[in-house]
Amino acid sequence: MTYNLAVSPDFKPDLLSGWFIFNTWLQHQLDTGIHFEIHQGFDEQLEAIDADKVDIIYANPYDISRLVRDKGFIPVAKPHAKPDEAIVVTAAEGGINVIPDLDVSATIAKTHARDVDNIGMILLEPADITPQSAQTLECDTYICVAKALINGKADVGFMLTEAFNELSPLVAKQLKPLVSSQIQLIHHAILLGPQLAEHHDALAAFLTDMHNTEKGKKILDDLGISHWEPMDKEEAEFMIDLMDTLAPKE
Amino acid sequence: MQDMQIDDIVGDYEEINQSLSDGSSRKVLVTQQETDFPAGCLVVSQTDINGTITAANESFVTMSGYSLDEIIGSPHALLRHPDMPAAAFADLWQTLQAGNKWYGYVKNLRKDGGFYWVYATAIPNIREGVVQGYTSVRREPSKTKIEECKKLYREMLN
Repeated sequence: MTYNLAVSPDFKPDLLSGWFIFNTWLQHQLDTGIHFEIHQGFDEQLEAIDADKVDIIYANPYDISRLVRDKGFIPVAKPHAKPDEAIVVTAAEGGINVIPDLDVSATIAKTHARDVDNIGMILLEPADITPQSAQTLECDTYICVAKALINGKADVGFMLTEAFNELSPLVAKQLKPLVSSQIQLIHHAILLGPQLAEHHDALAAFLTDMHNTEKGKKILDDLGISHWEPMDKEEAEFMIDLMDTLAPKE
Repeated sequence: MQDMQIDDIVGDYEEINQSLSDGSSRKVLVTQQETDFPAGCLVVSQTDINGTITAANESFVTMSGYSLDEIIGSPHALLRHPDMPAAAFADLWQTLQAGNKWYGYVKNLRKDGGFYWVYATAIPNIREGVVQGYTSVRREPSKTKIEECKKLYREMLN
């Protein structure tokens, strides 16, 4: 039996080979076949989750909610000191300098990463902008968000702060950050599907010890993770409650 | 809940005996010093079903002026400002106890006697069909909405 590993599609392309190597390491540890399935966007990954085609996943905070509550996935580990924050950016040469400069009907470039979208909308509240008042420009990737801003197709864009910080200098200098969230409590996590529940304790032990081996540390370094920390169901539930609280007013 | 301490207060203050919803009262010391909400700061807390704080983030510490040790285990009413009408909190609890999400603008009291306005969202934490506590996120509010609320709350208090 071969299982499928998925990784939230918000990692930068440079990390792709790192996740392939992580997958190889994972197969050795669990002594089972695991296929690293690359999803081209958030929607494609959600379809795979809904179709039960994901067995192990490094999930973003929004997807954790669906995976744990609807699909019975079990939290295993989270990266140490790597909280997810969102940033609102605009074109460097544009006339917008602070959030209240924005009109309520501002055009927002955003991906389908719902966690980043929800936090981004909260950051626009001081300008009385709501999902109903704003215009949106849907983008597949954060690079597309950056291009939309640079080309003047949107007033502001939402990005994962980590993704913004990893933009090339050429792109980054054409953008201006307006505000970045400081929540400190939400993060990606590795979850295991219920069909693999018997491997939970072993996987948690392998992951939390990973940085203590030379090979494991090298893989983690390449992924920008210092080490894994154990994560239990209640911590996942807390994060899910928090994501529900951040969801826009209907 | 403990009375506020004069040593913690910064600037001129007014002493007010505050009645709380559980029938108890607390001496609060209030100044007119407003602390601006830092852009991007999201104050997060979780309480048990009785409103006792069980978790809070660093932004909560920064904005409230209390240490994390002082916050955890305290009732959320620690932040209650006497300019807030009791009816606003009654609406909050009724909404949450009905299993719904609550939104509102709130003037919070700092440890140093000052205040800060927030836009708050709170939800019930439901585990296996039972409400186990509440999660709240507070953030920078719209200035126009705050002006509307100041007027409304004054009318509700009179």
